[in-house]
Amino acid sequence: MQIYLPIAEVSVNAFLLLGLGGLVGILSGMFGVGGGFLMTPLLFFIGIPPAVAVATEANQIVASSFSGVLAHFKRKTVDLKMGGVLLIGGLVGAAIGVQVFAALTAIGQVDLLVRLCYVVFLGIIGGLMFIESLNAIRRARSAGGVVPPKRRQRGWIDALPFKMRFRTSGLYISVIPPLIVGLFVGVLAAIMGVGGGFIMVPAMIYLLGMPTKVVVGTSLFQIIFVTGFATLMHATTNFTVDMVLAVLLLVGGVVGAQIGARIGTRLKAEQLRILLAIMVLAVCGKLAFDLLVMPSELYSLGAGAGH
Amino acid sequence: MRALLIAATLFLGLPAMAETVVVGLSRDAINITANFEGSEILIFGAVSRDAPAPEGDLEVIITVEGPSLPVAVRRKDRRFGIWVNTDVVEVDAAPSFYAVATTAAFDEVITQTEDLRHQVSIPNAIRAVGIGVEDGESFTSALIRIRERGDLYQTIEGGVTLRNETLFDTSIQLPANLVEGDYRTRIFLTRGGNVIDVHEQDIAVRKVGLERFIYNLAHDRPLVYGILSLVIAIAAGWLASAVFRYIRT
Repeated sequence: MQIYLPIAEVSVNAFLLLGLGGLVGILSGMFGVGGGFLMTPLLFFIGIPPAVAVATEANQIVASSFSGVLAHFKRKTVDLKMGGVLLIGGLVGAAIGVQVFAALTAIGQVDLLVRLCYVVFLGIIGGLMFIESLNAIRRARSAGGVVPPKRRQRGWIDALPFKMRFRTSGLYISVIPPLIVGLFVGVLAAIMGVGGGFIMVPAMIYLLGMPTKVVVGTSLFQIIFVTGFATLMHATTNFTVDMVLAVLLLVGGVVGAQIGARIGTRLKAEQLRILLAIMVLAVCGKLAFDLLVMPSELYSLGAGAGH
Repeated sequence: MRALLIAATLFLGLPAMAETVVVGLSRDAINITANFEGSEILIFGAVSRDAPAPEGDLEVIITVEGPSLPVAVRRKDRRFGIWVNTDVVEVDAAPSFYAVATTAAFDEVITQTEDLRHQVSIPNAIRAVGIGVEDGESFTSALIRIRERGDLYQTIEGGVTLRNETLFDTSIQLPANLVEGDYRTRIFLTRGGNVIDVHEQDIAVRKVGLERFIYNLAHDRPLVYGILSLVIAIAAGWLASAVFRYIRT
């Protein structure tokens, strides 16, 4: 069934969009990532103009993250306090990121920089997570079952001032690292047009030392606000949020997120991490491949500036 | 207006205008609804003449042209081992849709000078002045190639049927991804490659109903639209969660 999208001004298959939304929604619920880093390139591929794809994707992530976070709230796996601290950093970062994006657009080559950002960050994060979770699984095997929870090493992070108790995460750390993590992810999220979950989740696990079960819900919680903010910015400045496209994607997305959240609880933490790592590496590989191999069409069309 | 024009030409007795074209369109407006899947327009008409047909072959060319917009054509090149957009050419105005149908092979129905004057063929319909790159031609031909692949540019040689040098008809398929605006339809009558009469008519392509409402809301009240989008997203997220909880209990 073809549907004409009023803002994107293209006609697309409604079931294809529902399916894409559902698939990305499942991943979102499982891993606590918004799924933007998968969905945005997919939307480009089916012919949605990039500006519309980025803006509408932000809107869809709000829906799937909200649906996912409710499931996590029920299981009390959301650290609201930590989420709040990350969010403060995230919103400031997003505001900076929008400015950086505008500056890059003025120079040109913004497309290339976004792609390189993807390849570099996805590659590093995916690679590190893959190695770490593989080791964790191996340790679990040799220990014959349950892994003893590893004590976090006391380092320079613990020496920082402004300590705060995060009860849900079982942490007593300074607010400075989460603020910086939030800020950094906010900047990248605005530049790359995603929620930033795929950076936030590993940062919370490895930098802040939060338990994996709490990480997913907390990440979703703060993604809702960052992408909500982005949606409003895009709607008021560029008029590029396509409501019809968003509804089709989010109907699939919210259902998928519910299924994903339930699959996620059945998997072990290190299995969850290794799956996310594989997925991140796959997307990274695809993007790197596109940059290195000669494209079949050297020319591309974009909106002209006019004279 | 047309009758007046015909009367005027008859009165002036211009020999070149002895043959004129009378045109009908199957529709003069196209509504883009939510389930719009493209549209077919039928263009038909007759040649009216007040004297026996002169020498030379009579041919008909029909063009349908969507609103023109500036386009940036970018070319990738290999830099430091990766493929990067290097050169860009700004085309001042390229029609968002362009179809040209003829009764015979293109170079038989119209001369090059007439094509230039009336901008009939696809390359001539694109306005690209002052291209700064040396091989500017390859950029405009890339533009045409990419749009032809998406059926946005069509050349249908022999697509117009002409009967007894009097009645003609053709059908043009408009794809689903149309841009809103007035689509200029031109019918050229040529003899020996020279244009002897032109008729022009607009087809209005408009979004209607829900499509119109959403588009207007997004542009006239962007803040309301943005908040509404967020409300829909939150509501859908909550609903899915509630439904799943209900199923489980």
